[in-house]
Amino acid sequence: MAKITLSNLRHSYLPNPKSAEDYALKEIDLDWEDGGAYALLGPSGCGKSTLLNIISGLLTPSEGKILFDDRDVTDLPPDQRNIAQVFQFPVIYDTMTVRENLAFPLRNRKVPEARIAERVADIAAMLEVEEMLDVRASHLSPDNKQKISMGRGLVRDDVNVVMFDEPLTVIDPHLKWKLRSKLKELHQRVRATMIYVTHDQTEALTFADQVVVMQDGEVVQIGTPVELFERPQHTFVGHFIGSPGMNVLPVSEAAGRVTFEGHTVALEGTVNGMGGSTELGIRPEFVSIADTGLEARVRKVSDVGRHSVVEAMVGDTAVKAIIEGAAPEQGAAVHLNFDQAQTRLYRDGWIATEVSS
Amino acid sequence: MKTENPKAWFFVLPVLFLVAFNALVPIMTVVNYSVQETFGNNVFFWQGLDWFEQILRSERFHAALGRQFLFTFLILIIEVPLGVIIALSMPRKGMWVPVCLVLMALPMLIPWNVVGAMWNIFTLPKIGLMGYLLNDVVGIAYDMTQDPFAAWVTIIIMDVWHWTSLVVLLAYAGLVSIPDAYYQAAKIDGASPWKVFRYIQLPKMKTVLTIAILLRFMDSFNIYTEPFVLTGGGPGNSTTLLSIDLVKIALGQFDLGPAAAMSLIYFAITLLVSWLFYTLMTKDDGQ
Repeated sequence: MAKITLSNLRHSYLPNPKSAEDYALKEIDLDWEDGGAYALLGPSGCGKSTLLNIISGLLTPSEGKILFDDRDVTDLPPDQRNIAQVFQFPVIYDTMTVRENLAFPLRNRKVPEARIAERVADIAAMLEVEEMLDVRASHLSPDNKQKISMGRGLVRDDVNVVMFDEPLTVIDPHLKWKLRSKLKELHQRVRATMIYVTHDQTEALTFADQVVVMQDGEVVQIGTPVELFERPQHTFVGHFIGSPGMNVLPVSEAAGRVTFEGHTVALEGTVNGMGGSTELGIRPEFVSIADTGLEARVRKVSDVGRHSVVEAMVGDTAVKAIIEGAAPEQGAAVHLNFDQAQTRLYRDGWIATEVSS
Repeated sequence: MKTENPKAWFFVLPVLFLVAFNALVPIMTVVNYSVQETFGNNVFFWQGLDWFEQILRSERFHAALGRQFLFTFLILIIEVPLGVIIALSMPRKGMWVPVCLVLMALPMLIPWNVVGAMWNIFTLPKIGLMGYLLNDVVGIAYDMTQDPFAAWVTIIIMDVWHWTSLVVLLAYAGLVSIPDAYYQAAKIDGASPWKVFRYIQLPKMKTVLTIAILLRFMDSFNIYTEPFVLTGGGPGNSTTLLSIDLVKIALGQFDLGPAAAMSLIYFAITLLVSWLFYTLMTKDDGQ
């Protein structure tokens, strides 16, 4: 197990990258602490799989270094990095039994047979696959296949990091939840550093202690699930995380006052910097309907079970609010209130308010 | 769940009609000949299973059948591994892929009798490039019209040249369908190139290779045109394969009864071997 450091990492799939757009990864500096559970979250094509393949050694970065416990591994091939990777589609060796599958990485490394038997038994118990050890792996269901490919990663006791590349894509929804909690449990038991790549926020937020949000080859924010939800550093994070995402509303800023559709809005604290394009960010959870406040007309109400998502028009801008209990009718005139402590200003996408203590 | 739809028959009937005319009716004609004796003028005498007995006891048939199995065995044992090796060494990506594929497909596009004629000229001593080179440059006495061994070598090389591509293309199709993740996982698991072949590539190629072997078995077992044009079954009877022998009996000697019986035995052997092979190869695919 090891601490992983990425320093000045850049990668391009083109032979001679010129502008910033040519890079799939732009300037990544990250530390992954030993034993942490991390998630790499971002939309498809944001570079998260590229980053994963660089850590595992399947790709060599164009620039920068990867350190495992301060040892430079940038040029080492995957099998010498002692990493494990679980892929999107379960990779199993069809002609082998489950037992042979689990033993395969150890046999390739010439581990003594007695030790192999011991490790395979341990891992099988952990994954609860003991009763299928002698079944041909090709006969398993997708979720069990994915368990076995996880097991092949965990069976080696010298793994530095276990990486998951959207491992639940092919799993049935009702089994996803089970497998996810299994993963969490495994992490607590083996205490290996784990990196989980996904575009699904629920998966990322439930699995990880720390979530790294990426967009267009850049890391936008690193934080705990709570931090990402409560104080998104960038409008992208606010929009990407949450269901529905944060309201990002166009505002104008003049003489220290921020106005939205002609109304002055109270912010959480003092505003930094000036100029640029400014937007207001507030999560639908913190927009409420009251007797006074911003005048709005309800355009759409979606009942999602526990609460309703109300979309109301303030002037020409749609604002979403999450309402518990009785929701207003479509077309009704309502007043919206923004929770001041949760109302933030973003300048050129990045957060520009500070909480005054 | 099974649902019965009588209308389905209307869609199946035209196919049945076609199959009846191009397969069932000719086969039944052959069955008709195989149990009777005719001297022409549509006069038939009932023979029962005499012709079958005669063929099955005939040394000539045994010899031809032996040659046929030897030929098929030799070309399979060369073409299948060679085809897999070529497919493994072909590029998977880039501009050379179409070039390789077209080059591979070329021999298969040539009509069979042309292949026979090409190799006939190619191997003639004095005139043909290969015949000239072997005899006058390398100094090996090579004449497939005189020497049975040379004739065998030539028909085997010709078939390998003509049909290895089929195995290559099918094996290649199997290889390119393997997702990258398998190779990546194998790298991480520390698998050697042999293990990658043994546990990833070979299992993934199994289905297409089964088809390839089946097609090559049936085609080579029924081969006629190429050896007929190349050697005519000679020298002597050394390259008289089953189909060549069959044509000699049917059209050379005009023994329609024995020829019909032999056709049916020939057909039964092809069917039986194909069925056995396919059943064995797909046996452990089910649960």
